[in-house]
Amino acid sequence: MPSCWNPGKRGDYLMQYVYAFITGGIICALSQILIDKTKLTPARILTSYVVLGVILTAIGVYKPLVDWAGAGATVPLLGFGYTLAEGVKTAVSDSGLLGALTGGAKAAAGGISAAVFFGLLTALLFKPADKS
Amino acid sequence: MELTPQEYQQLVQKHVKPSPLGKDMLWAFVVGGAICTLGQGILDFWKAVGLDEKDAATATSITLIGLSALLTGLHLYEKLAKYAGAGTLVPITGFSNSVASPALEFKSEGFILGTGAKMFTIAGPVIVYGISASILYGVILVILGAL
Repeated sequence: MPSCWNPGKRGDYLMQYVYAFITGGIICALSQILIDKTKLTPARILTSYVVLGVILTAIGVYKPLVDWAGAGATVPLLGFGYTLAEGVKTAVSDSGLLGALTGGAKAAAGGISAAVFFGLLTALLFKPADKS
Repeated sequence: MELTPQEYQQLVQKHVKPSPLGKDMLWAFVVGGAICTLGQGILDFWKAVGLDEKDAATATSITLIGLSALLTGLHLYEKLAKYAGAGTLVPITGFSNSVASPALEFKSEGFILGTGAKMFTIAGPVIVYGISASILYGVILVILGAL
């Protein structure tokens, strides 16, 4: 088991929350610079982050960050790229070229399905904002 | 006092935005950090009830996505986003909001071309390029493995 999950040591356990806060906070604060100082739209930022997450995972940089920061690294959208890349890696080692096509979508299935389904549910259950 | 439009623009900006970047970054840091810390709590919860590492991570994403969709429906997420900026955009809750918000707002254009189509305005490109990047990575792994 990774060091981040060790309920026996209360200090370590609490520190995991501090690392998550700091890492997630820094990723978001740096992204704020992109929003304020460039004309990048949210769609471009989120798309770039997922692709960047795949690349950083592929070159071996992101996994150590996830081991250290936990949800601080997996919750930002870079972590979605990490999920895709890790999924593909496992699938390729299991089933070769077929895995290259199935691994990413399989690993991301829960998140994508949840976003689509809860999005539809939101549209069904709530009223749109008052535009006036 | 005569002002050119440019001078006027500068004057307005000086008074309206007293160096917003630092303040915006602080908001993004605190809110983004808080969402990730909440994510850590949810992750530990799912592990504590017996899910393995991978399933707990998936369940955490689903939980955060559900919470965010609920807050989007209640129009609370957009209120927070006004202050938090990247702090609410970059976490996976922002991805969920980017689906749920147009799904709800374009309901007036119907459930097929409104809700069904518009929910992918941002999620569409994210999925297209994310999946494609992962396939490319997979193919590279296959080629490297065959060498």
